[in-house]
Amino acid sequence: MLKREGEVRIPSGCAVAGLFSKDGKSISGETIIRAMTVMHDRSNGLGGGFAGYGIYPQYKDYYAFHVFYESASAREECEKYINEMYEVINLSKIPVKKSPKITNEPLIWRYFISPDHNRLRDSQLDEKEYVVRTVVHINTQMDGAYVFSSGKNMGVFKAVGFPEDVGEFYRLDEYEGYSWTAHGRYPTNTPGWWGGAHPFAMLDYSIVHNGEISSYDANRRYIEMFGYKCTLLTDTEVITYIIDYLVRRTGLTLEETASVIAAPFWSTIEGRSEGERERLTYLRNTFSSLLITGPFSILLGFDGGMMALNDRLKLRSMVVGEKDDMVYIASEECALRVMEPSIERVWAPKGGEPVIVRLNRKNGDS
Amino acid sequence: MTVDARGMTFGEINERLRTADEATVENCLGQRFIACGMGGKKITVNGTPGNALGAYLDGAEITVYGNAQDAVGDTMNDGRIIIHGSTGDATGYAMRGGEIYVRDSAGYRAGIHMKAYKEKLPVMVIGGSCGSFAGEYQAGGIIIVLGRRINVPIIGNFCGTGMHGGRIYLCCDEIGVHLPRQVKVRPAEKEDMEFISGYIKNYCMFFSDDYGEIARRHFFVLEPDSENPYKQLYVLN
Repeated sequence: MLKREGEVRIPSGCAVAGLFSKDGKSISGETIIRAMTVMHDRSNGLGGGFAGYGIYPQYKDYYAFHVFYESASAREECEKYINEMYEVINLSKIPVKKSPKITNEPLIWRYFISPDHNRLRDSQLDEKEYVVRTVVHINTQMDGAYVFSSGKNMGVFKAVGFPEDVGEFYRLDEYEGYSWTAHGRYPTNTPGWWGGAHPFAMLDYSIVHNGEISSYDANRRYIEMFGYKCTLLTDTEVITYIIDYLVRRTGLTLEETASVIAAPFWSTIEGRSEGERERLTYLRNTFSSLLITGPFSILLGFDGGMMALNDRLKLRSMVVGEKDDMVYIASEECALRVMEPSIERVWAPKGGEPVIVRLNRKNGDS
Repeated sequence: MTVDARGMTFGEINERLRTADEATVENCLGQRFIACGMGGKKITVNGTPGNALGAYLDGAEITVYGNAQDAVGDTMNDGRIIIHGSTGDATGYAMRGGEIYVRDSAGYRAGIHMKAYKEKLPVMVIGGSCGSFAGEYQAGGIIIVLGRRINVPIIGNFCGTGMHGGRIYLCCDEIGVHLPRQVKVRPAEKEDMEFISGYIKNYCMFFSDDYGEIARRHFFVLEPDSENPYKQLYVLN
């Protein structure tokens, strides 16, 4: 029996990459796969994954659940629950291309769904909170079922394997989106598990992460007070919930969120102008339990945008490049250049300094 | 000899380089450990070499036309690395000899853990600016930062944190950022400038810059304060 995440310790190296079209152009998943190929040595074949945004225009008003099942009975039980809580518009297996490089796959299903009107009204929750609670319910209460993607017009695709092989396995060249993120994993002490691959997602937020969070347990204890359950016991999962809590539930901007999770040192804050000092002091004091320490470079994907952020000490590498309306981000410059050989501006953001990109106009969405 | 790196692994590239006294690597894109441990040869790299370019270098001269990534010259012992572009984090990580010249800027932790021993004196010249933690835990050797063509402070925060040997020379009128308490700052004197002039001349020769103009500018010298040694930054155990 493979050990699950959390039963063993997992230090990790990892690679991240992202691309974003500010004009909302449709870009096939093939480009982001190439970025991961050139950073192959940063992963060890025990996890790879991608998140694409704008990939389900025909179902853009429905939540797209991507679910791993370990057995047919897990699927039956979970589908019964989904049918109770949601109106199901479409369901199917996620198409994959069999390959000797990707083995032991679980059952992988996709559902386009909308909360059941009466259930939602009776729950007295807003729609997104309703979705979060059903996802947490499935992931914590149902053995062998795991919802790994739950946003609208976006999807996460992940597996145990090298990222470029995972991309081919999920046939990502057949999807088109305005934004893609990717991750190659290097867990060194565990066999890795499909659910433990990145991205980690909740609603439309997805996180890919290179690093290791020393504050994991402090962050977890705090965030679990707000109804989240860290089911995987990997550090990245907690970042996803922190972002959801700070941005969606607390209403912080992404810039403020960055100042919470990668707060500057007090000595750095002292040197800032008065207004800035007050702002940073307030955020650090109010959300002190959500300061993330230890090395990280993360890419946060969300509906209509992307944020890149390094830990405040910048213990992981990350570079950004631009060309026309495109923004490219990766652990290594070579990955930027393989995505766009004539890339124009290349720079490395400072530790704790978020890079936030958004669509110039919300294309198609009301 | 010319090596077309397209589709090649770093092992294949290095195997070819070992057989030549002089070689050019074309289309390099992300392959790590280029020229690792090599001595007695000249290597030109066109493209973007991967991490740990010239790690453990032992006398070879590497010239890169393009940017380099992280950990250039990691633990290098001897030789020279010349980068016509910028470098990523941890440039000259733990280098113990030889010289690194970067035309533009270096990322975080340039010169971390540099050390000197007897006749070994590692030297790093950065043309632009350095990110935070330049010279972190520096134990020896010299880091020269020239501040050419930059619109940011010449160094970031925490420069010289844990420094207990060696020197950092900064070409600027004011340092502009807070320095850790165990680092002493003073204006450079005539002997200091004489000591580093050869390295600045090299920089100007490699990258066609104006030595006379740089030599007239103001330099600071950063040294460890032996009366106020480094304690800790990260955690109290």
